[in-house]
Amino acid sequence: MGTVTAGEIEALVIETLASFGPERSTLTRTATLDEVDLDSLDVVELAQVLEDECEIEVDTERYLGVITIGDLIDRTLVIVQETRAE
Amino acid sequence: VKWGSAPRIVITGVGAVTPLGQGATASFERWLAGESANDGGRFHCPTFDPSQFMTPVEIRRSDRFTQLAVAAADEAVEQAGWNEGLPVARERIGCVVATSIGGLYAQQRELEAFATRGPKRVSPLGIPRLIPNAAAATLSIRYGLHGESFGLSAACASGTQSIGAAMRMFYTDDVDAALVGGTDTYGTDVMRAMLKVMGATSKSGVLRPFDRRRDGFIPGEGSALLALEREEVALGRGAEILGEVVSYSASNDARSLTAPHPDGRGVVQAMGIAIERAAIAAGDIDYINAHGTSTRLNDRIETDAIKEVLGEHALRIPVSSVKGSIGHLGGAAGSVEAVLTLLALRSGVAPPTVGLEEPDDELDLDYVLGEPSPLARAATGERLIGLSNSFGFGGHNATVALAAEPVP
Repeated sequence: MGTVTAGEIEALVIETLASFGPERSTLTRTATLDEVDLDSLDVVELAQVLEDECEIEVDTERYLGVITIGDLIDRTLVIVQETRAE
Repeated sequence: VKWGSAPRIVITGVGAVTPLGQGATASFERWLAGESANDGGRFHCPTFDPSQFMTPVEIRRSDRFTQLAVAAADEAVEQAGWNEGLPVARERIGCVVATSIGGLYAQQRELEAFATRGPKRVSPLGIPRLIPNAAAATLSIRYGLHGESFGLSAACASGTQSIGAAMRMFYTDDVDAALVGGTDTYGTDVMRAMLKVMGATSKSGVLRPFDRRRDGFIPGEGSALLALEREEVALGRGAEILGEVVSYSASNDARSLTAPHPDGRGVVQAMGIAIERAAIAAGDIDYINAHGTSTRLNDRIETDAIKEVLGEHALRIPVSSVKGSIGHLGGAAGSVEAVLTLLALRSGVAPPTVGLEEPDDELDLDYVLGEPSPLARAATGERLIGLSNSFGFGGHNATVALAAEPVP
């Protein structure tokens, strides 16, 4: 993956979370992880997918405090952009 | 608490998933009809669909052994009526689910991920999928059971020992109800390979308990759960009582991790004490569900032990093994067989030992060959008593005594 856009990151996060089981329609920006039956372990798996797809290293502690799917998307974008800028 | 004088523990619900089918009654009826689920030398549950019972998220977070337990437990809980309200306070309901090893598929997947992709690519869901207590914990979470809960491992005696463990929870006044049983995916490719090189499995691909041609067992997958409660609790809420867990005992051969004691001393001990604790005589036993693995040693040693414990009565008590029909379900075997023993007593009929066609001259019990055999006292309508034996690698031996009135 070369340069990534916010839209691509959002699509990757949603696609990955949907592969974990929740109905895609429930994966809205305002939904909390708890509401779609996901938790911190799923976030770790998301980070693993991100590492493979974007060829970066992700410190999962950077996801601390994430509550909603929107938080997760935004945090992921920051992680990818900052890692790429280094 | 002295066994036998303790509060009576009754069964109000049972559930099973076996290679013969979905549901305890369906499995029992197919066994009664003499069917075998042997699928080219394999015993699996091809029609089992976890999505009938669990959400996609729950399925992804669990290994197959947990999924099988959920299906069996849902059936038991529904039959007991616990789905419409738990019978006692949540804090007073325990859960024990036996398994030989745990989440074998998850374990294999994580070992492969570790070997091929490195330590950073094992799954964060690996542990919740594979730990041997995952099934018990999942059931406690699912039904909101706050009493003691754990997985139990004693190889192929596990399922029976889980019932014993639950009985003690009643006797020590820790619980008033319990969900108990076993679950296992004993027939994975790796398990089959390991059991084969041990020489434990059948070369012919046909499981034939007590037959002169018997040449080993075939591992399979399945689960069974029983909903137990104190008799006064069941009576108080007007629940249908299916039967009673009367007595139990377990032992260890203290000799070998793999071979049974040649004298069957551990089996004699377990069966003998279970009968003694039940305060019954050998002549009171109506049916024996044998461990009957179809190995040369097990079937001879179990036969000799039954004769030693029951004396002259041994030859007139119908004995059958279900393993020719469903395979050897490992840590689930004892719980599945306890459920099937209960259904045999309630039906007043001993199902046949499928696969047994040519009796061994050295084995002379009434092994129920070919057709089902009516239990002698069934016509009286009196309470019938059955024993279910389970033995496991490690020298574990366990016997549970169940009682039930035949249902006309």
